Amino acid sequence: MKALTAILAVLAALAAIAGYSSVFFVQQAQQALVLRLGEPRRVITEAGLQYKLPLVESVIYLDKRILDLDNPAQEIIASDQKRLVVDAFARYKIIDPLKFFQSVGTIDGANSRLSTVLNSALRRVLGESTFIQVVRDERAGLMARIRAQVDREAANFGIKVVDVRIRRADLPDANSQAVFQRMQTERQQEAAEIRAQGAQLAQAIRARAERDATVIVAEATQRGDQARGEGEGERNRVFAEAFGKDPDFFAFYRSMQAYEAGLKQNDTRLLLAPDSEFFRYFGDPAGKPAAK
Amino acid sequence: MPWKNQSGGPWGGGGGPRGPWGQGPQSGGPTPPNLEDLIRKGQDRLKSVLPGSGNFGGRGTALVILALVVVWMLSGFYRVEPDEQGVVLRFGKFVQLTQPGLNYHLPYPIETAFTPNVTRVKRVDIGMRLIEDPRRGTALRDVPEESLMLTGDENIVDVDVSVFWVINNAANYLFNVQYPEGTIKAVAESAMREVIGRNQIQPILTGARQNIELAVHDLMQKTLDEYGAGVTITQVQMQKVDPPSQVIDSFRDVQAARADAERSQNEAQAYANRVVPEARGRAAQVIQAAEAYREQTVAEARGQAARYLSVFEEYRKAPEVTRRRLYLETMERVFGSIDKIIIDPNTGQRGGGVVPYLPLGELERRPATPRATPPAGSTR
Repeated sequence: MKALTAILAVLAALAAIAGYSSVFFVQQAQQALVLRLGEPRRVITEAGLQYKLPLVESVIYLDKRILDLDNPAQEIIASDQKRLVVDAFARYKIIDPLKFFQSVGTIDGANSRLSTVLNSALRRVLGESTFIQVVRDERAGLMARIRAQVDREAANFGIKVVDVRIRRADLPDANSQAVFQRMQTERQQEAAEIRAQGAQLAQAIRARAERDATVIVAEATQRGDQARGEGEGERNRVFAEAFGKDPDFFAFYRSMQAYEAGLKQNDTRLLLAPDSEFFRYFGDPAGKPAAK
Repeated sequence: MPWKNQSGGPWGGGGGPRGPWGQGPQSGGPTPPNLEDLIRKGQDRLKSVLPGSGNFGGRGTALVILALVVVWMLSGFYRVEPDEQGVVLRFGKFVQLTQPGLNYHLPYPIETAFTPNVTRVKRVDIGMRLIEDPRRGTALRDVPEESLMLTGDENIVDVDVSVFWVINNAANYLFNVQYPEGTIKAVAESAMREVIGRNQIQPILTGARQNIELAVHDLMQKTLDEYGAGVTITQVQMQKVDPPSQVIDSFRDVQAARADAERSQNEAQAYANRVVPEARGRAAQVIQAAEAYREQTVAEARGQAARYLSVFEEYRKAPEVTRRRLYLETMERVFGSIDKIIIDPNTGQRGGGVVPYLPLGELERRPATPRATPPAGSTR
């Protein structure tokens, strides 16, 4: 009885162990490859509870998610001989676990193989393009072409390349320095131009102001001369009107004024003969006209 | 229930509330919950409880087993916080997403649940690192190899960007991409450089920020959706957009040059503002002086004319007398004030005794400038 119980217990334990070793869990992010004595038998992509033969079958789990391949930066020469430091990454998925297992085995193995493929595709595609195509014009298209090339080769590893992206495409250090210098000189040139333009505009403003000032004064002078002319004209008219009435008297009257104004004290000496009109009575109270 | 805060039940199943794998590049490779370990741990605990059960009768054993089963069943309760989503796995297979609140999953090892935080906005920085320093708060450190980017016109700009993102689908986030955070960062960098590479340096530095942010946002979202990353980019924020430090001085000099140009124009304008009104003032002065001269000339002429006319009126009444009177009066005034020498020519001719002697030397001592009387009307 006791022996029987013991045997039963052992059998139950064996059954439990067999049961336990005949199931396995595939996680959501995983897929599995079932090997029977090392020989691949089945591929399981569905997550969840799965069955296998105990002892003879073993399971290899592979990731089902999008995996990450980060390539170190490398220097590439574009078709126009410009150098670029390109840092690209790929995202890939294991779509054929059997092929994957047979060709590269592990994710590390896949990474090293893919890395080589990615590098050569990068060099091939970017080497055919010009610098400016890589940086500006066709980046997305080039990335798609690289992806297609890598994908074609990666199919041999049971891998689908989801995406290849150029993370960085920069100039090597020496070239960066050259670009910095160019930027610097460009800016210096721009600054000089701006200053010169400023000076030019300033000069124009000054010149314009000076012109305006000169013109204003000249116009004023013109108007002034006109006014003076008008004044003098009016004077002439007034005088002509007044003096024209009796030219003879005017000549006399004006002469009198002129004598008075012209012959000043202390600067004139007269040598007179006493026979002028003024001296009419000088010698003769009768006032005979002076003898000529 | 004392275990309701735990997602995995009293046996510690489920591996904690966060995703057990794929938490960034540091977590090191694909490590699904280590079932072997967990089972071993559970068995150890069972062993530590079971040996005592032999001392109870069959009934006692049954009770203990029943209690254990009840506890085991109850261990399936878990709470999803308001900012979380629950992800339920049955034997590792994703079966459902659960919403915030109290939820139940079949107890371990049949089902497990993760409750990743889906509302917290996470942040990825490019071109800088936030350094948490408990003493000095957070500081920014520049990472030039990330932040220097080539522009479409072969210049280089220094751009720092922060990308903010949230999980929009916890299951996709956990199960589709190996390193979601690293992937987001790599995609962000790639998108940023792609967009910067399409633009020229001037717009990047000045006005085009928003467009660039938008383009990066769209490109990132599209790429991540292609990966099925379960992530929504909420915002792309350009923190710093500068010329590289090596050349920033010359860029600043351009600004300074603009200011200089402005200044010299202002100075010139100030000069103009001074010179032109001055000229206007001078012009007004010239005109006023001229007009004054005109008025003066006319008034003087009218005055003289009037004076003349009144004399003339008198003269007309008695011409002879007036003329003579005027003559004499004038001569009186003229002779009255000047030196005069009266020589009777008859004296010389008739007597012959006196030789008129004119001392020219003495005359020259005086500035004798006999002025020609100008004709009337030409005096100015």
